[in-house]
Amino acid sequence: MKTHKLTLPLLSDSIRLLSPGDKVLLSGTLYTARDKAHRRLVDLIRQGKPLPFKLPETAIFYCGPSPIPPGKICGAIGPTTSSRMDAYTPTLLEHGLRIMIGKGERSPEVQAAVKQHQALYLVATGGVAAYLSTHVTKFELFLWPELGAEAIYKMEVVDFPCYVAL
Amino acid sequence: MRNILFVDSALLHEKLLEALGQIYCRPDETVLNLIREYETKETHPLAKDMLQSILKNADIARQQSLPCCQDTGTPVLFIRKGEDFCLGDGDIFSTIEAALEQGWQKYHLRRSMVEEPLFERKIIQDRPAPVIHWENVPGNTLEVKLALKGGGAENMAAHYMLPTSTTAEEVVERVVAHVVNVGGQPCPPVIVGIGLGGNFESSALLAKRALLEPTGRAHPDVRYAELEQRILNEINRRGKGVMGLGAGPTALAVHILTEPCHIASLPLAVNLDCHAHRHTGFTL
Repeated sequence: MKTHKLTLPLLSDSIRLLSPGDKVLLSGTLYTARDKAHRRLVDLIRQGKPLPFKLPETAIFYCGPSPIPPGKICGAIGPTTSSRMDAYTPTLLEHGLRIMIGKGERSPEVQAAVKQHQALYLVATGGVAAYLSTHVTKFELFLWPELGAEAIYKMEVVDFPCYVAL
Repeated sequence: MRNILFVDSALLHEKLLEALGQIYCRPDETVLNLIREYETKETHPLAKDMLQSILKNADIARQQSLPCCQDTGTPVLFIRKGEDFCLGDGDIFSTIEAALEQGWQKYHLRRSMVEEPLFERKIIQDRPAPVIHWENVPGNTLEVKLALKGGGAENMAAHYMLPTSTTAEEVVERVVAHVVNVGGQPCPPVIVGIGLGGNFESSALLAKRALLEPTGRAHPDVRYAELEQRILNEINRRGKGVMGLGAGPTALAVHILTEPCHIASLPLAVNLDCHAHRHTGFTL
């Protein structure tokens, strides 16, 4: 198993060097977004309104974190099932998104769009959210606090472990 | 002469809080032992790496009192209430809700339930909204089973009303094909709960009950025990693997429960749980 240490935002050259099954240790900024945040992001695109971040520089982590216990940087964090985001993903890829982290298989449409846009779909191990939280160095609410666990959170990670799926 | 037992609601509250405190940061010990065995003999580096992270996670979650999964789940309870068991100073439902709510705050668990399923899907912030199944039984005890059921694995459930001509072989294939088809989505390696028989709704409940049986136990009827083993072996032979990435175990245990059913029917329900299999129980 090849292991790559990569720093975000990724250049398309470094994406091309990756193969399915490789391990990636990611460092840099991740934004969480799951079901509701995806719907809102795609709504913004459809209405021609600006997005809260520059998609080409953004890595989206399908994650609804648990609350932060006192004295901790963050709560438990881990991937949620990516297929629920499949309906929104091709639109986000068309608008520049290149890196997604989640778990499980993607639809044929998403697989084709990932290929077309030379994007990267990474899988993080599910159900190991206490372990994954030890790779987070900074964590803050970024947007839409009313969505609770479904809000967008911004986090800095160091050597965050995931695996290349697509 | 009935021997009615009156118990203080504070005792039930305390036991529930303790049960929740045990499981939110600690998956089933038998599951962890199975993961340990698989990790030791695993030769594929990708699968070995993920199995190791599951074991590391179990240690970190317990040491740091962090949820072992960010999805702290739907609280699911099975209550077997003795006809002669009474709370002296309250009702069982309110006590359960209050204890779980206190636990949700105390252990910093995620609010994962929404008020209604289709329109606003607004997250419920002030109660954990448990799913509770009740059974009245003779005696004066209260048996409580508590599970925290993650949404990802729960979504990968399946239900079939099969023709009565269905063979055991076809049941095996139906379940195996389903588990293979859902792949990495329910966070494999999974536990497979199967409800066979009953009717439409009771078969689903049987599948959930089957999930919460002691992990790896064999069905007392040797024919069903053999079926469990065949399903387990076949799922693992197809090689979906840890997180669906093609290596290592896909399932850790298969439990079947059965019930009488109509001469026209053969209901089959499949309920999955992820390797972060969180459940416990106690009796008052």
